[in-house]
Amino acid sequence: MNSLILKTVATPVLYLIVSFSVYVFFRGHNNPGGGFIAGLLTAGAFVLQYLSFDSKTVKSNFSLNWKKLIPVGLILALGSGLGGMILGYPFLSHSFGCFYLPLIGELELATAIIFDLGVYFVVLGTALTIISVIGGKD
Amino acid sequence: MIQTVSTISLVLLAISLVFCAYRAITGPTMPDRVIAVDTIGTIFISIIGVFSIKLNQPHYFDSALIIAILSFSGTVALGKFLIKGECFDRDID
Repeated sequence: MNSLILKTVATPVLYLIVSFSVYVFFRGHNNPGGGFIAGLLTAGAFVLQYLSFDSKTVKSNFSLNWKKLIPVGLILALGSGLGGMILGYPFLSHSFGCFYLPLIGELELATAIIFDLGVYFVVLGTALTIISVIGGKD
Repeated sequence: MIQTVSTISLVLLAISLVFCAYRAITGPTMPDRVIAVDTIGTIFISIIGVFSIKLNQPHYFDSALIIAILSFSGTVALGKFLIKGECFDRDID
């Protein structure tokens, strides 16, 4: 019953928005961006899927329980904080290092990306849980 | 030169923002308000573009892109709510 234009546009736009959110996520270490806004963008892309199709189709396309993303993200964020404590540093202390990877070259890897991934999962799970609870009837 | 032009265009965009806010508050019908809110989002994007030219900072373009994506989702949701009365269908007939 929905518009054919919306249904046709929704899936390519999903890939565009998710790739842009991955870009924003990895850029967040040194530039504006990070886990919060990347999760919000991904939630916006999935909201567009919920708007263009019905919830049954979205559930069969993406078999993901959004509520389970919240504890996964919280455990990731907590684990990134506890990792520093195990080595004798204060809670939530992070470290980074430059590594040489094949095909990519020299790359700066930081443990703050684990915390950011946790924030990403928590924001995505919370936004989509709230929206699917409010938007769905009964 | 570019400073003067961008200042004048910022003032003009702010004036158009006031007109859109007036239409969004006292719109006679609901579609008027929806279109006014969508236009406010577009004017925000234009203001960010002019601002980044004025300050010579390319970092603002990403926030313009994010506002465009979120405002598109919001406008689609409002339009579907106006037509069908609910945003998310359980089952398409």
